[in-house]
Amino acid sequence: MSAPEPTSSGLGLERRIERRVAIRWMLTAAASLPLAQIRLRGDPYAPIDTKGYGTDPELAKTYNPGDVWPLTLSVAQRKTATALCDVIIPADAESPSASSVGVVDFIDEWVSAPYPQQRTDRPLILEGLTWIEEESQKRFSKAFPDLSSAEQSAICDDVCFEPNAKASLKKAARFFARFRDLTAGGFYTTPEGMNDLKYIGNTPLATFDGPPPEVIRRVGLA
Amino acid sequence: MLGGRTNHWGRYSFRNGPYDFKPKSRDGLGFDWPLSYEDVAPYYDKVEMLIGVYGDNNGLENTPDSPDGCLLPPPKPRISDLLMQNRAKGMGIPVVAAHRAVLTQRLDYNRLPAKLHPGNAFAQRIVSEAMQTRAACFWATPCGRGCSIRATYQSTTVHIPPAMASGNLDVLPNAMVREVTVNAQGKATGITIIDKTSGKERHASARVVVLAASACETVRILLNSRNAQFPQGVANSSGLVGKYIMDTVGSSLSAQIPLLESLPPYNDDGAGGAHIYAPWWLYKEQLAGKLNFPRGYHIEYGGGRAMPSASTGASMEWLTGGSYGRKFKEDARRYYGSFVSFSGRGDMIPNENSFCEIDPSKKDVWGIPVLRFHWKWSEHETRQAAHMQQTFADIISAMGGKVRGKPQLDGAKAIAQGGLIIHEVGGAIMGDNPSKSVTNQWCQTHDVKNLFLTDGAPFPSNADKNPTQTIMALAWRASDYIVSELKKGNL
Repeated sequence: MSAPEPTSSGLGLERRIERRVAIRWMLTAAASLPLAQIRLRGDPYAPIDTKGYGTDPELAKTYNPGDVWPLTLSVAQRKTATALCDVIIPADAESPSASSVGVVDFIDEWVSAPYPQQRTDRPLILEGLTWIEEESQKRFSKAFPDLSSAEQSAICDDVCFEPNAKASLKKAARFFARFRDLTAGGFYTTPEGMNDLKYIGNTPLATFDGPPPEVIRRVGLA
Repeated sequence: MLGGRTNHWGRYSFRNGPYDFKPKSRDGLGFDWPLSYEDVAPYYDKVEMLIGVYGDNNGLENTPDSPDGCLLPPPKPRISDLLMQNRAKGMGIPVVAAHRAVLTQRLDYNRLPAKLHPGNAFAQRIVSEAMQTRAACFWATPCGRGCSIRATYQSTTVHIPPAMASGNLDVLPNAMVREVTVNAQGKATGITIIDKTSGKERHASARVVVLAASACETVRILLNSRNAQFPQGVANSSGLVGKYIMDTVGSSLSAQIPLLESLPPYNDDGAGGAHIYAPWWLYKEQLAGKLNFPRGYHIEYGGGRAMPSASTGASMEWLTGGSYGRKFKEDARRYYGSFVSFSGRGDMIPNENSFCEIDPSKKDVWGIPVLRFHWKWSEHETRQAAHMQQTFADIISAMGGKVRGKPQLDGAKAIAQGGLIIHEVGGAIMGDNPSKSVTNQWCQTHDVKNLFLTDGAPFPSNADKNPTQTIMALAWRASDYIVSELKKGNL
């Protein structure tokens, strides 16, 4: 769902991601680096052993992926993640695909970060990427990125809505839901994603005039 | 962090009402304050004029109006605000302009300084200069990361620069306070600090010590200041330091509103927080015994086309049935801006089961003993939380909306964990009787005359009104008292 307004408890942090992660995210989305420049953790299941930004990060510095904690995804995992991102958010007339605006980098950052939510997501996402490749081989004897759209959909349709998923696929459905959330969050916070939603704020105004008459009329309050 | 809690808050700035200072007189529960609304009102006026608070005067019960010239004009409601206001009105719930510390116009730096510091030309000049460094809100950039044009109030941009300019302030960063030191006469002599960069112990001496470390940390410092003269901790002859800690009662419900779907885009950012809220509206019903809980809450509300965030497009399965692909993108466009959220913020009555004390074994990285907490809500709070949930569900229904999940009508489950709303107050409550309170009405400890506590620790009740503005008003009042007592030679 869309972010609620900040409430009086700070910024509604109980419902929001950690602020520094958000900063990180914006920077990451803006700076998609070639893989060779990025430090890789190696073992994708290695425990997270970095502290993160600490209590006093340099807010004016542009951090690049891998600067503060090693990244996780292997080349093969990145390919799977790229394909899945674009099954979830493909290019259309309004906006480009998720992977083309750096969402895979963002997800790699996310699963590598040492904070509680990210640590919780890490096994779900990594095991989910493995699951979808195994499922792809089992059903079609091909890697997920090499499947046709119809074949990819055949797998995704079984896990895209947990209440309808078979008992044996519940965990895969939870992975899919979380991966979709991360893909959406990464995508809609890029300039392209904001443009897709017709977000036209964050621009200095002399006055705030409230909703235009057309909007008030549409809601039936004119 | 320099500036403390004012660096990250929602900037709601409310006055406690007359009932809120005399709650026990009204319903027999908790404690009365040793002062009244009339005692604090002049300081609320000054705080509003100094920091800049937008809001409106609505003449509502126990929701004080401000004198002319105190408040700045409120921003216009968003479309989600107008819809909620319209539907709540039909239910008898008043929805009015929120009071928040954001400049909707520049502060009147020619008029205000003389009202804040009458007869003090020096103070007037530096306050006027500081006010001139603050611009009016330009309705852009995320406020939570600090305001580059100083339109939002925070200590680091409003209090500290003029205090530095006065030449009367030294800031010691990275100083972790361990204890208040006292002499044989029982007067505070200063504080012992750990320099966090070197780990070395230092001492800062003072004629008057004022702790404003946030309620729980102030309690911790007092309890850690033990010596032969004060074996229970400085200023703790009552044994009440750490007792009666309170938070705000919190409970939330969110919804999706079909009427707000697929609206023509418009710039909905506004002041980066609430423009409207609903003050507590059932005082008369409560007094007449028609409700099963004694104290009220206000409703904080949000919605609209805010800047997309980490959660945009997330967890929409309950509406989309799990769409992905092009359909997901269409769904995201359709639902963006149609979500609203309601948060109740309610009065908690202090109780014997909610307190903190020094942990007998745990210490922080500097070797300073930490606090451990004990917490229990009473039915006064849990029933209030259940009422919030029912009210929110009713408003959502009146808006034609769909509740996300279900309203939680079991109050014990609906109520946010103690501490989560981070409105912690109490722990060194004020009162007239030194055996039943820690400070007097001037935030001055009964035991140590030159020791003052000017955060939320002296609060003997926690009204639904968010505490920051009351903390500031009491701190200003205490400061005037300190100056007056120093001049009389009483400290």
